[in-house]
Amino acid sequence: MRQALEGSQAIARAVALCRPNVVSAYPITPQTHIVENIAKLVADGELKCEYVSVESEHSAASVALGAAAAGARAYTASASQGILLMCEVLYDIAGLRIPMVLTCANRAVSAPLSIWNDHQDSMAVRDAGWIQLFCADNQEAVDTTIQAFRITQDTDLPVMVCVDGFTLTHTLEPIDLPTQDQVDDFLPPFVFARALDPRKPLSIGTLATPEWFTEARHSHHGAVLAASDAIVAADRDWQQLSGRGCGGLLQVDGPEDARIGILCMGSVVGTLQDAREAMPALPSARIIRLRSFRPFPAQALREACSGLDQVVVLERALSPGATGIVGAEVRAALYGVANAPRVQNVAAGLGGRDMPLTLYAQLIELAQAAATTDFAILDVELDKLPAEDRYPEAAVAAVSGDRS
Amino acid sequence: MIEVRIHGRGGQGNVVAAYLLATAAINHGDHALAFPAFGAERRGAPVAAFVRMAKQPFRRRDQVAHPDFLIVQDEALLHVPGILAGLKPGGGVLVNSRRAASELGVEGTVQTLPASELAVEHLGRPMPNAPLLAAFLLLSGALPIDALKQAYSERFKGATLDANLKLIDATAAMVEAGAWQETADAASA
Amino acid sequence: MSATTEVSVSLAELRENQPRFQGFVGGHRACVGCGQALAARLVTESAGPDVAVANATGCLEVFSTAWPDSAWRVPWLHSLFENAGAIASGMEAAFKARGQSTKVLAFAGDGGTFDIGFQSLSGMIERNHNVLYVCYDNEAYMNTGVQRSSSTPHAASTTTSPAGRERLGKRHMKKDILQIVAAHHMPYAATASVAYPSDLRKKVRRAMEIEGSTFLLVHSPCPLGWRHDGAKSIEVARLAVTTGLVPIIELERGALTGSMPIREQRPVVDYLRAQGRFQHLFADSAEAREELEHIQALADYNIERYSLRGTGADARDTEGADTVSRGGVRWA
Repeated sequence: MRQALEGSQAIARAVALCRPNVVSAYPITPQTHIVENIAKLVADGELKCEYVSVESEHSAASVALGAAAAGARAYTASASQGILLMCEVLYDIAGLRIPMVLTCANRAVSAPLSIWNDHQDSMAVRDAGWIQLFCADNQEAVDTTIQAFRITQDTDLPVMVCVDGFTLTHTLEPIDLPTQDQVDDFLPPFVFARALDPRKPLSIGTLATPEWFTEARHSHHGAVLAASDAIVAADRDWQQLSGRGCGGLLQVDGPEDARIGILCMGSVVGTLQDAREAMPALPSARIIRLRSFRPFPAQALREACSGLDQVVVLERALSPGATGIVGAEVRAALYGVANAPRVQNVAAGLGGRDMPLTLYAQLIELAQAAATTDFAILDVELDKLPAEDRYPEAAVAAVSGDRS
Repeated sequence: MIEVRIHGRGGQGNVVAAYLLATAAINHGDHALAFPAFGAERRGAPVAAFVRMAKQPFRRRDQVAHPDFLIVQDEALLHVPGILAGLKPGGGVLVNSRRAASELGVEGTVQTLPASELAVEHLGRPMPNAPLLAAFLLLSGALPIDALKQAYSERFKGATLDANLKLIDATAAMVEAGAWQETADAASA
Repeated sequence: MSATTEVSVSLAELRENQPRFQGFVGGHRACVGCGQALAARLVTESAGPDVAVANATGCLEVFSTAWPDSAWRVPWLHSLFENAGAIASGMEAAFKARGQSTKVLAFAGDGGTFDIGFQSLSGMIERNHNVLYVCYDNEAYMNTGVQRSSSTPHAASTTTSPAGRERLGKRHMKKDILQIVAAHHMPYAATASVAYPSDLRKKVRRAMEIEGSTFLLVHSPCPLGWRHDGAKSIEVARLAVTTGLVPIIELERGALTGSMPIREQRPVVDYLRAQGRFQHLFADSAEAREELEHIQALADYNIERYSLRGTGADARDTEGADTVSRGGVRWA
């Protein structure tokens, strides 16, 4: 039923529809409304589950780990510093192949302190071995949350559902919340074959000597790659059931004969789409939205880029001293591909900086520029910085350095 | 597309006001988005929230830079620099004030409403949302007033709901309906 | 005296037929004389089969499970160093949500309890999860090669609190974790020692009966870190108790309800001399002599504080023996 809901409220309702057995949470902006709403559903008797208010994000992730290992459908949510405090547990959950779902209400990472949106937090744990799915809007946040519970039990891999903090979590918009029957049809009861059980005791989390560690890593890596199939299947099945798909691994939108592509993740995609419509005088770009960042859909990306001369990778995080993170991975995926487009890489919307419609024009201009941009941060107002921090040479080299 | 910016102080419920307005639009069958401006969440600090509403679906999520209308929950906020920034030419400003619009010294199309007093009378607390939102809808004709009442009935229950509904009706008698209709129609076109 | 009949039975057969449940079995890689391995066996034996273990990183985890082997016959999960309390909380929440009666045990060393895992332990007991948390206290980071922890006793020499010309081992006091834990309104928090196995077993059974968080601090010698002969582990552990340095007590909701009486108090030097980690205290120096006096004073203080002085003969540690006098609930 279509209704007006705040993103966090809708996500909480979606989680409840998935009938979790254990929810653990520690508050952090902008994740709080999600776990507050779940707590209220529990308090009102609308959701029967063990809600564990823990003393840190490290324990939030650990409680979920322990619960899932003991056979429970487990959920937690966090953001920013919380994701970083969880970091070692996130690696552990994935390495142990524990199925669970986590919502990351994407937020910048300190210092300087910022409670606002970018993607540095989930990028910081991209190598933990989780599935990472990025949502375009709150409808997708709802649908992806439900799909995530199915994907996690199909793959024994934890799933991080990434939703832009504030831009999605604190935004009220029309959302079609599925019925309990729809979700029950889609999501079978949780069964974890390796659950801790006194009747068939297993030892989980043993020491791996050098004779075994390589093989453990290989099987984990292979499982994450193979999870592409489960992600696509879950999205397809959900679309059949609800009439709404989320694009599988990535979503391509725009004219077939476009020469310029813009690649992004998360909720900025809608702004870019509306901007493209609002600026008909500019070239109409093919907008590629990565939904699955892990597994990284290299093959689908190559197909999405075919026919393009230029791809501008717009991202919401960076690896200081190197380039953007998504940009580097896109370049790697396209390396050696015949007629591959040139890749321009910029970051924008850091720490909640607004991304207006005019961003589209900037990206088109960048695509049309003769100079290759390995990486640059857009909209840096150099005059706000003391002279010694301006790095004009670096900025110029980054924006217009010629790779001759 | 109608774009509204609501100014208040932390604790006055300006985000709730934005949510109520967008909820009314969504219940009416329109597309709408409501979201807070990104800034410090300190109680008492000047804060803002945005509403975007349109007959057709839209996807953009940038902040509202050029609102068609401003709703100011506290007249003292008029002295905060930048409060009128970006307001479209001819855009309407609705201010919670006991004074006449002409006394506020604000350029443009200004309307005032003693929303806090009305709220105290009906709710016992100076929560200006219901009168301001009702007045805004009546002035602009953006949505029927029943859509607002329905939005209230989804968020509140019991005596609080009843008092707010009465407050909305009481406000209706004090507003020049349709005064901003032209501006609203132009924005929607 | 009743008449006895001799029967011929092999040791292997005897072991095979013993009725006691074994949750932790041989074949692991612990050092000779490891107090922790013995304690883990005693705890799991007494806790019985309907349990699941959350084990912190440390010696116990490493020596018991190098893949593909495991010494555990109960479901066992190792996650990280500092999160045993949280992992156990999650396991318990899952069993509760699924209507399963399985009791959760959390196992950690002193590093994983007193130091890095202190926060998750505090969270677990504040929320009163139905978990028995057992800290195997060998008083230093033994797995990484004997570094000082906040459980290391005053004046002990470790690799990060070495004795030298300027320093006489660890400068700080051992953290009183039991009182800190008890301050969480704990239904039951107790100390035990591997030197007194039947007392340890009783305490495990007592804790198992309680619905809520319980805590057991088990003094467990480490021949490698304490530098004594592995054959002397029990003797050394017993001296820790009979000197008064390690009081064996029970606290219920913070109140002292049980204690193991000391009939013949031994001087602390008997305990200290038995271990390499305290050898620097026997140097011919005023500082060393003063330090010994301090340690004796600590032991005397424990005895006064917990009224440990007992009369009569020292009890033998057998099942049902009067090793512990209890002022609270009688359950033994």
